[in-house]
Amino acid sequence: MTTFHDLDPVEARISASGVSVYYGEKQAIDNVSIDISDEYVTAFIGPSGCGKSTFLRALNRMNDTIAGARVEGEIKLDGQDIYKSGMDVVQLRARVGMVFQKPNPFPKSIYENVAYGPRIHGLSTSKAELDEIVERSLKRAGLWDEVKDRLIESGTALSGGQQQRLCIARAIAVEPEVILMDEPCSALDPIATAKIEELIAELRGRYAIVIVTHSMQQAARVSQRTAFFHLGKMVEYGKTSDIFTNPREERTKDYITGRYG
Amino acid sequence: MTELSQKERAQRITARLAKRHASERRFRALGFFAVALSALVLAFLLVTMTSNAVGGFKRAELAFKLDLSGGMLQIDPSQLASADPVGALETAGLRDIVQFAAAKALGDKAAAELDSDAWRDVARIVAADPALLNSSFDVSLAAGDDLASGLRGDGPPQMVALAKELAAKGQLATRFDPGFLTRSDATSPQSVGIWGALKGSMLTMLVTLALAFPIGVFAAVYLEEFAPRNRWTDVIEVSINNLAAVPSIIFGLLGLALFLTIFPYWRSAPLIGGMTLALMTMPVIVISGRNAIKAVPPSIRDAALAVGASRVQTVFHHVLPLALPGIMTGTIIGMARALGETAPLLMIGMKAFVATPPDGFTSPSSVLPVQIFLWSDEINRGFVERTSAAIIVLLMFLLVMNGMAIYLRNRFENRW
Repeated sequence: MTTFHDLDPVEARISASGVSVYYGEKQAIDNVSIDISDEYVTAFIGPSGCGKSTFLRALNRMNDTIAGARVEGEIKLDGQDIYKSGMDVVQLRARVGMVFQKPNPFPKSIYENVAYGPRIHGLSTSKAELDEIVERSLKRAGLWDEVKDRLIESGTALSGGQQQRLCIARAIAVEPEVILMDEPCSALDPIATAKIEELIAELRGRYAIVIVTHSMQQAARVSQRTAFFHLGKMVEYGKTSDIFTNPREERTKDYITGRYG
Repeated sequence: MTELSQKERAQRITARLAKRHASERRFRALGFFAVALSALVLAFLLVTMTSNAVGGFKRAELAFKLDLSGGMLQIDPSQLASADPVGALETAGLRDIVQFAAAKALGDKAAAELDSDAWRDVARIVAADPALLNSSFDVSLAAGDDLASGLRGDGPPQMVALAKELAAKGQLATRFDPGFLTRSDATSPQSVGIWGALKGSMLTMLVTLALAFPIGVFAAVYLEEFAPRNRWTDVIEVSINNLAAVPSIIFGLLGLALFLTIFPYWRSAPLIGGMTLALMTMPVIVISGRNAIKAVPPSIRDAALAVGASRVQTVFHHVLPLALPGIMTGTIIGMARALGETAPLLMIGMKAFVATPPDGFTSPSSVLPVQIFLWSDEINRGFVERTSAAIIVLLMFLLVMNGMAIYLRNRFENRW
């Protein structure tokens, strides 16, 4: 069972209870319950293969694309179960955006990359409005000054860090309530990583942010809540400061002090 | 085992190194030999074909002055604007006038050797330019088959002699024959053309493309992106792979049994030919399409799904455009195979003698490979060169098709 530290009661944006995920016969996530709020950046940490990415992908049903993946338990977004038939998966993903491990801009222009989401959801009624959304999203992603003169260039021509910020801008453009980030810095150099971390700090409060990371320093720097996963179970969940300075579980302590991972 | 000294280790490596380099050189030599051999065969093919085909684009022609002035030809110029000016000129007696003029200019013996359809060339010239009706002008008309072989030196002795005599006077010569590209099949090699078969091939290919491309691409998209993985899709996959390997004549039999039973009056029509070839081409497009779709990185699909695109939007906005160059390559390979296909078309009756180019998808027609097959079967020696010329036309058609595909593919690739 999970050890929960004492937390201030907050209104949960996403509330998962008793979630288990299976890939065919194999169980990847075992009975995880967690509340995620708008106010904080929540980090999922843990050794490779512990299921943190799987759990993250369960939050906007990206596991649907994997044949044989199956989710049990309940994940509620604003009180509505996202795995119940009343929830349209397209609408869900418009509300819960995602940024991936490897930057994956569309092989289209920078403008098109950002405009794609608003366009398919019909968020803008005119070209001017769309231009505005693109500019605002790129500004929020801290990329505007670097690309404003070359919006028609291909998104794949940018550097790795710029590509990842473009992907964040693309996610922001749809105005989601939650942004899920799956190891967004693992393919980036330290300078690009620092920029992304700054960006996460700026975005905090506007969106609920959940970040999966391999780097404990990164979790400590960017998050206010941390969940430690191990072998498909959520071992411990609490304030980031508590988890790192005062872990209650032996396994958490061992991982944080670098005994394995 | 004792440990080797540094020197021994170096010696062993050096000894092995010579062997490794030798094997590398051997392999490169083999590869070079293979490429050189195929280049040689290709060069041989091209050289023989072209050298034969040069003759195929020429024919023996008799040159003389044709005088239509003095009211010889009684015809109202307005009739030349009618639907059938050649027929009108025939009624007006053009045939005899041409024959008469030839006899006057070249002598009776030579005039008798004028190709029986030669007057049609005059009719076409006059129809195109009615001002010639009352004038005299130079014409160069096809010599008959016998005289043509006489000019080549392989006809009957009296023809060889006549050809020599006329050639010496400058009245008989081999001339470039642009009409080969605009006429259709005929009984005499002197007056055959490739246009009918070329147009038939184009129409057939259009039908094939219009049927096989969309069906093939949609099948590939569905199987790759939407279909559940189960026993049924496995069966379908194996069936499609098998279909791609079925001998083409079987598809011809299928076309005969299926399409010609439903549309018995469209025997030999490009529509039926195209449908039959589409059956054959579709599996190739499905297989190459699936491979191209598979090659699109999954991260692109994730990216689109994560901003809330539906699966259809993901496929049509992102996956398909990225897969299109690959799909087009497969389509071109399939189409090129279909263009050169003879056997299935023989089965659906596209081997008839068709002397006029098809007016549409449902009129009887020939196609290039079948035309080549038919001409190569002719006894008359004049057809040998014509056959080579037709092969060159077919190769050019293929080249143009491939060139277009490469151009389109590069354009699409640049856009992304």
